[in-house]
Amino acid sequence: MAGETTPLLRMEGITKHYGGVRALENVRFECDRGRIHALLGENGAGKSTLIKVLSGVVQPNAGRILLDGRPQVFARPAAANEAGIACIFQELSLLPDLTVADNICITNPPMRFGQIDYRAQRKRAEAALAVVGGEDIHPNATVRDLPLSRRQMVEIAKAMAREPKLLILDEATSALTAADVAKVFAMLKRLREEGMAVVYISHRMHEIAELADDCTVFRNGQHVETFTAGSKTDNAMVEMMIGREYQNAFPPLTRAKPDSEPVLKVENLSWQRELNNINLELRPGEVVGLGGLDGQGQRQLLLALFGTLIGTTGTIRIAGEAVDITSPQHAKSDTVGMALIPEDRKHEGLMLPMTVRENLTFAAVDRMSKWGLVDRSAEEAAITEMVELLKIRSDGIDGPVAALSGGNQQKIVIGKWLMNKPRIILLNDPTRGIDVGTKQEIYQLLRRLAESGAAILFYSTDYDELIGCCDRVLVLYDGTVIETLAGDRLTERNLIAAALNITNTRDLPETVQ
Amino acid sequence: MSVVPSTQAAAPAGRARDNFSHWLLAQRGLLLAVAIFAVMFLVYGWKLNVGLTANIINTAANKGALLALVAMAQTLPVITGGLDLSVGMIFVLTNCLASVVVVGGPVSAFFGILLVLGVGLLCGFINGVIVVYGRLQPIIVTLATGAVYFGCSLAIRPQPGGSVNFEFADLMTRSWAGVPSTVILLIAVVLLIWMPYRRSVLGRGAYAIGSSEQAAYMSGVPVARARLLAYTLAGLFAAIAGILLTCITYSGAAKASLANDYTLNSIGAVVIGGTSLFGGVGSAVGSIFGAFVMRTVGDLLIVFDINPVLQPLFVGIVLLFAVSIGSLRILRVKNKLDLYR
Amino acid sequence: MTGMTKSIKPLDKATTIAFGCIILLLGVGAIAEPNFLSATYLVQQLQVASFLGVIATGMMMVILLGHIDLSIPWTISIGGMMATGASGILGPELGVPLAVPFGIACGMTVGLINGIGVAYLRAPAMIFTLGMNAVAQGVMVYHTGGFAPQDSGTPFMRELAVGHLVPGVPNPLLIWILLGAATVFVLTRTTLGRQIYAIGNTERAVFLSGVNTRRVLVICFVFSGACAAAGGILLSGWANRSYQAMGDVYLLPTVAAIVLGGTNVLGGRGRYMGTVAGVILITLLQSILSVLQPQVYFAEFGIKLPADVFRNIVFGVVIIGMLLLYARGAKVQS
Repeated sequence: MAGETTPLLRMEGITKHYGGVRALENVRFECDRGRIHALLGENGAGKSTLIKVLSGVVQPNAGRILLDGRPQVFARPAAANEAGIACIFQELSLLPDLTVADNICITNPPMRFGQIDYRAQRKRAEAALAVVGGEDIHPNATVRDLPLSRRQMVEIAKAMAREPKLLILDEATSALTAADVAKVFAMLKRLREEGMAVVYISHRMHEIAELADDCTVFRNGQHVETFTAGSKTDNAMVEMMIGREYQNAFPPLTRAKPDSEPVLKVENLSWQRELNNINLELRPGEVVGLGGLDGQGQRQLLLALFGTLIGTTGTIRIAGEAVDITSPQHAKSDTVGMALIPEDRKHEGLMLPMTVRENLTFAAVDRMSKWGLVDRSAEEAAITEMVELLKIRSDGIDGPVAALSGGNQQKIVIGKWLMNKPRIILLNDPTRGIDVGTKQEIYQLLRRLAESGAAILFYSTDYDELIGCCDRVLVLYDGTVIETLAGDRLTERNLIAAALNITNTRDLPETVQ
Repeated sequence: MSVVPSTQAAAPAGRARDNFSHWLLAQRGLLLAVAIFAVMFLVYGWKLNVGLTANIINTAANKGALLALVAMAQTLPVITGGLDLSVGMIFVLTNCLASVVVVGGPVSAFFGILLVLGVGLLCGFINGVIVVYGRLQPIIVTLATGAVYFGCSLAIRPQPGGSVNFEFADLMTRSWAGVPSTVILLIAVVLLIWMPYRRSVLGRGAYAIGSSEQAAYMSGVPVARARLLAYTLAGLFAAIAGILLTCITYSGAAKASLANDYTLNSIGAVVIGGTSLFGGVGSAVGSIFGAFVMRTVGDLLIVFDINPVLQPLFVGIVLLFAVSIGSLRILRVKNKLDLYR
Repeated sequence: MTGMTKSIKPLDKATTIAFGCIILLLGVGAIAEPNFLSATYLVQQLQVASFLGVIATGMMMVILLGHIDLSIPWTISIGGMMATGASGILGPELGVPLAVPFGIACGMTVGLINGIGVAYLRAPAMIFTLGMNAVAQGVMVYHTGGFAPQDSGTPFMRELAVGHLVPGVPNPLLIWILLGAATVFVLTRTTLGRQIYAIGNTERAVFLSGVNTRRVLVICFVFSGACAAAGGILLSGWANRSYQAMGDVYLLPTVAAIVLGGTNVLGGRGRYMGTVAGVILITLLQSILSVLQPQVYFAEFGIKLPADVFRNIVFGVVIIGMLLLYARGAKVQS
């Protein structure tokens, strides 16, 4: 390493256009051996496009990539792999029907007589899993059968198995449990010592504060600034990212009246082994958070309320009356008045090729139609109102939602449900992978909805969000509510302690404190 | 779902059991097909007054092997998440061609066989090229190329007829110590073509594409080549079936109904054999048993004295039954969302 | 992945190309045979096209959902055979007036079973409808006992297929126009239409939006069965007889017409006008081959080939050629 003057990676003048849209404009970026370089920016700032260029998924319109000082052209992802670049994408790039070992060794499996050597492949997979701390994953398991957090560990192991010179992590820890994050961080720090170059993208500031050596901020497809980590305050960085003053991240809480009648009351709700005797009350005007490690039953709880789970036991009372919610159709009806903002907007929330109009009114179209016939003018009015309320930015409501940015797509998913004027709103991690600006707008919106009398149940993997947005937070562990935090007790430390189910906070792993 | 990674301390015996259960889970489709076939064939043998003589087994094997080969052909595109509606047409085309060129002495017949196999490969290759580089839907492409291939077979054999090298035909249709040649042929095809393919990078690539094409591309799988090879090999399997048909009937005939019948039955055989129509899961070995299940239905009708014109009815019922077995999973589904993937 | 983003225009690219090809074919036909452009001939072509058009209308709904109905061939036969055989089953007093509704009801029953299989059993439509096709065939063979059934249609069926309620417009064409208009209305103006497109795109999201997706699936499959049966009834009225495999030749043209019209086989996208263009295109292609008679040309060189050789090859090549043309546009976009 010593005496090396050219950085491992240098990108110069990278420009990328999609049709008429400029995704990257004359961007430069460098990353050196033994450094963890954080890429910061709102969604649509160009981070993901840069990564795609670097990993050969898309080709730039102009500019060049130098690896070890030698110019490179990556026509396909395979070419970037061969050059020693491994990327862990935000959207999982695993093959669900193949085994863990197949996935880890998919690019260049060990061969014997022109055939894949399964025994050697398994060994290699086990070794790669051990490196990232996923020893509990069986290499012969089918990826489809693994929970999301395990799949993400496989994804990281897969990148490591290629023994890259440059590792790129694009929101790679978003689905991981806190314990896994600690393991992955330890691994990254070790790799840095060993001289690997790491590009790290995350929306979580505390992760960047812990890991990064250098930071580069992108905005609007342009390079804003590169600086040494720790030389700027969080506020200054966020300001650079959004280009405006960053203040008052969370709107002030307005406490619901504790004596009002709960609109939703859940008694001893259980399902399979994933939900155990859950009790909760939700009053109009309240925002209640669901915390805990990922995969502790939060998603199932929301789905159970929304009527998609079969064989639940316990009682759900809507405004005092016991209701057996059997389907989303039933859940959205006026007698229940529920809405669910799902976690996966591309597959559960939207019809991507269809228009903004069709998506926005899809759940409420019955309200705007008579005898199954859509009333165009009523629809138009409702859409105009919603576009204004949510500040949805699009090229017009008859364009496809696929063309919108992630943040605007998420607004449409939310708007689609607000059309129904629900009194109970369930949100499943609505800000995952969303830019800072839109996050702010969503927080404000939640508050406004609560003030206007809606009851909100809000699951988030981001502890800051739970603390800032919620009146109360129920922490789930193994399908059970093990702690309810409110007021002064609602702190990050308490949330993490409860999530890990440890009462003695000294046992906390250092990395997540 | 334990978060604690202490399971690594589990005894090696536990791992071995894990290995076995993972293997069993992966092969469950195949095992089910084998079980259904075994039961049906035993019932057939039991109802047959004379019992299972070598002759009867040979006839059954010949009939089954034709569909089995076509079904193997169908399996490859299906694994990539596609479909080949032209396999039956390639089967008929190669049958017609073989009835013209696999004639004369051993040398000329040998080169005739090579030619027919080459044409099968070419047909599959054409399908593959259009699907891969034209980026069109396989169903439509193969529906259209199937029409072209059928036109070609009509041009070769406007009227049924032709002949085939007698020694070769006899070799392919006799049995050796009770083992029919066709069974040996199937085993040879599995061992010499299917197994090496399955364990090659491009073979695994086919599964990867069927599982998630985007992820496969991102992971550096040679997507285009893997898919091209799958369709090309499908043409080869169909051509082997076409030659076998010529050996069994000693002639060639361009019958659209025959071609469609084989295409449709091949899809049924593939599904019964445990291959998912969504791609990514399955094996050609399963399809062989699926094909034998489909063929045994007809044999069972005969031994149970049911009017043979009803065969389509029973084949249809078997198909509906097969997909309904797949539907049993919805009884286990506890989250309605899992029904929509 | 290709062409995901297509905004709404009155005519999309595929429809435009398909109509362009129709004009091209008419031109070629006119050069070969001057009578080709006469009003009588064109109306006759449209009349032939309307049989395919009626059948394709139902199938298109199923394809828009992202499924496929391979039971079309024998549903057509069921429609024709049950209508002609109605008096034998229901008795002459009921059978004659109810022949047409009875035939359609039988087709709807097939569609209903398909719909239940796909919507409730979650069986892959491809394989389930394939199985239903075989079952329908078996049932028909059983019904007729393997012999030719009573096969002549009622006078009303004959009138439906060859009469002119509106002067100059053959009744099948009128039926197709009415059916088409109703379909366009449903697809563009109603909640059902939106739900059909939406299910073809992202069924999960539709379910989570509180829509009864099963109901939509069943409706479309039943509609497909009804249209196929109606096509069978028109065909047997036209030929004044019904026979067992009468639907077999319709599967390829039906799917081809819909796809040539720009409907995505994976569902979610497609316009009815495209299907109209596709149906007319397929019909003209068939008729032009019978006008040009390429086999005669080849026979002059001593190569005797059946006419079917050309029909099949031209069909296949045209379908692939046109789809490649459409795909080229989509690639530029993505």
